[in-house]
Amino acid sequence: MENKITIDQVRHIASLARLELANEEEKRIARQLASILEYVEKLNELDTSNVKPMHHAVERTNIFREDVLKQSLEREKVLANAPETDGVFFIVPRVL
Amino acid sequence: MNYEAVIGLEVHIQLLTNTKMFCGCSTKFGMPPNTNVCPICLGMPGVLPVPNKKAIEFAIRLALATNCTISPVNQFARKNYFYPDLPKNYQISQYELPIAENGWLEIETKNGARKIGIVRIHMEEDAGKLIHDENKPLSYVDFNRAGVPLLEIVSQPDIRTPEEATSYLKTLRDIVVYLDICDGNMEEGSFRCDANISVRPIGQKELGVKTELKNINSFKNIQKALEFEIRRQTALLERGEEVIQETRLWDPAKGITVGMRTKEEAHDYRYFPDPDLVPIAIDKSWIEEIEKTLPELPGPKRKRFVQQYKLPEYDAEVLTSDKNLANFFEEVVSLFPKPKMVSNWIMSELLRKLNEEGCSISDSTISASNLAELLELIDDQTISGKIAKSVFEEMYETGKRASTIVEEKGLKQVTDADFLEKVVSEVIKENPKEVEKYLKGAEKVIGFFVGQVMKKTQGKANPRLVNELLRNKLKEIKNDSV
Ligand SMILES: [Zn+2]
Repeated sequence: MENKITIDQVRHIASLARLELANEEEKRIARQLASILEYVEKLNELDTSNVKPMHHAVERTNIFREDVLKQSLEREKVLANAPETDGVFFIVPRVL
Repeated sequence: MNYEAVIGLEVHIQLLTNTKMFCGCSTKFGMPPNTNVCPICLGMPGVLPVPNKKAIEFAIRLALATNCTISPVNQFARKNYFYPDLPKNYQISQYELPIAENGWLEIETKNGARKIGIVRIHMEEDAGKLIHDENKPLSYVDFNRAGVPLLEIVSQPDIRTPEEATSYLKTLRDIVVYLDICDGNMEEGSFRCDANISVRPIGQKELGVKTELKNINSFKNIQKALEFEIRRQTALLERGEEVIQETRLWDPAKGITVGMRTKEEAHDYRYFPDPDLVPIAIDKSWIEEIEKTLPELPGPKRKRFVQQYKLPEYDAEVLTSDKNLANFFEEVVSLFPKPKMVSNWIMSELLRKLNEEGCSISDSTISASNLAELLELIDDQTISGKIAKSVFEEMYETGKRASTIVEEKGLKQVTDADFLEKVVSEVIKENPKEVEKYLKGAEKVIGFFVGQVMKKTQGKANPRLVNELLRNKLKEIKNDSV
């Protein structure tokens, strides 16, 4: 069960999460992730072949809303946290 | 070597709900940017999405109409990726338990009807819209569309030609429009299509390497994009080269597909069940309740039109291509029960006029009862077919009733034999040369005489009666001259 997580895997996960890690951090996180996985692995010791899959922690289903309009937010408030704005759009560095 | 294409289509349809999938913001198109948004669809911390019941019902409608198995337990999942049009950095979608699976659609092809399998239908939310700056390295984000409910319909790779792909899309679009769950507008993006396509030598079992085509926004373009991609992939294989698995964009201006320069890092969306949303249980009674409200679908309606109204396949297809048009036809027939005549007038006159003006049947200024009245006037010979066409034009322009126009303009057909006989005699007297020709055996001259009589009566003379009177009169002259 040692070294379950390679440095490459850490880098892949970090890039998916848009995180930049220093070399030291990569190593530390690899160790930490490995120990977390090891801990969770314990659950596999239980025989769950007769347990129905759980879809949600809450045992309720079918919580809906009707298709009724609600007031949206004022644009000023919408854009209040925008990194950059012209009062109409969120402005971001160009993609593609 | 001969190659065949293997095509699978992924269609996204925008649902015609009033509000978004998980919040009460409006789905209305064309509103000022960032005005139809709230903390939920902006993905602000601490908010709780709640599914729109109507969107679920729309999904069940489509599942039933496409012969799918509906999943008794449904779950929403988070599809994680970063893009500026995605406010939460995940899209709420479905992964392991989509609402419907294993369906099929019947499409018309030149070799007859074919079934195209449907892998799955799942619910998800739309992303926002990005506008790229022409000059500066900036993109502008409008989140009005973020959170609008979508259904994604994934076909089996059962499609073999661009024509079949178009037929599948048209069939699917007709269905969603009939179901009143989507407006089917490809140009505005409420009906979107991506295509997976590969080619392989005919007879080969294994699939070739596929590409995914995006950015196709009309039926014409889907056909062209697939044709281009088949040529491109076939040429590569024939040269002994390989097709690269990639996403390609269709460029309608150049008529080619272009590979997207993206890092082909395998997609890793890390789907997991969305803890904010409890499962949706769909029981039999809910399905049955919705099934009762399903309209007759285009395919069955087309077959019924052929049987019930004895219409040619082509007429039935045109008339049922639009639910409102089909309803209009049936309304006219209920008032004037000569289906083929009704169909002829709708197809040759009404649709021509509507197409000219870029309108649909719901914009028609001629109501079903007005059209029925016009046809009645032709049928009982109150007006001639020719006059009817000009009456039709005027009805379309003014919205007036046929009988009103006929009355106002004095267009009633002249069937008074005594009066017409006088006109016929006049015409014969005025055209001795033509009479001469006729006597020498030029039967065709009769057409000239009919024309002259029509002229004198402003087109109102009953043509059959005029013909009969002319022939009698000319026969008399012939007998006298012998
Ligand atoms: Zn909202």
